[in-house]
Amino acid sequence: MEADGELLLRLRSGDEGAFVSLVQRYQEQMLCLATSFVPSRAVAEEVVQDTWLALLRGLDGFEGRSSLKTWLFRILVNQARTTGTREHRSIPVPDPEPAVDPARFDASGSWADPPEHWVEAAEGRLEAGKAADRIRTLIDELPARQREVVVLRDVEEMTSEEVCSVLAISEGNQRVLLHRGRSRLRQLFEDEFRGVR
Amino acid sequence: MRLLLRRDLVCQQAVELVTDYLEGALSPRARRRFEAHLAGCPHCTEYLAQMRQTIRLTGRLEPEDLTPQQRDEFVDLYRRWRSGQD
Repeated sequence: MEADGELLLRLRSGDEGAFVSLVQRYQEQMLCLATSFVPSRAVAEEVVQDTWLALLRGLDGFEGRSSLKTWLFRILVNQARTTGTREHRSIPVPDPEPAVDPARFDASGSWADPPEHWVEAAEGRLEAGKAADRIRTLIDELPARQREVVVLRDVEEMTSEEVCSVLAISEGNQRVLLHRGRSRLRQLFEDEFRGVR
Repeated sequence: MRLLLRRDLVCQQAVELVTDYLEGALSPRARRRFEAHLAGCPHCTEYLAQMRQTIRLTGRLEPEDLTPQQRDEFVDLYRRWRSGQD
């Protein structure tokens, strides 16, 4: 896959194919992220489209102090916040949420209902092309703030610093949201893939 | 049976430390304590492997191809922007 930096060079020289490649690369996760800030899919699509226009308009001024991807997602989140109704971004992360259902431990805190093995089953299903859609759906089931962090960290593979900068959250909140999101997703994967041959 | 020392982790605590562990955010002491728990606990070892697999699976998602119609829309968006620019 062509590096973002090369696409940026082509884009600056007016190559529309480079633009389409970038859209192909990021459109889906941008929509996923935008959806958590605004009330509807239609509004999220508008936000994403505005983001692409803002990217094109900002090309000349982009100095490359962050990666193209971080810059793009930062524009997106700013656009989505301006458009969206969610105002409570800066309040602390809500109540504690256990990584695993407490009912799965005994009174001493040891596993009573231990994790069921599913790792290879999931691997096999993904390789057979049967799991990607399901995994996307399960990610969509995460609460919005957890989903934002999981998508940026684990799907887009940004660093924690980049995620904090895109979402304007603290390092501590980033880690809590990541922990809850991944923990929840692990449980969803266990439910999905256990007992699968 | 060995007495449970205060410094020993139980499973329910260990699962809450997995992300800090993977992020390298535990103090050296907390890290040793976590690893000591894993060494004696196959269920938490399995749990950690599943968290790693969870990260790997999400990281392997590839975006779906744009439909021809979407492609056209974005080419159009690009051309409109270009022509507005000149």
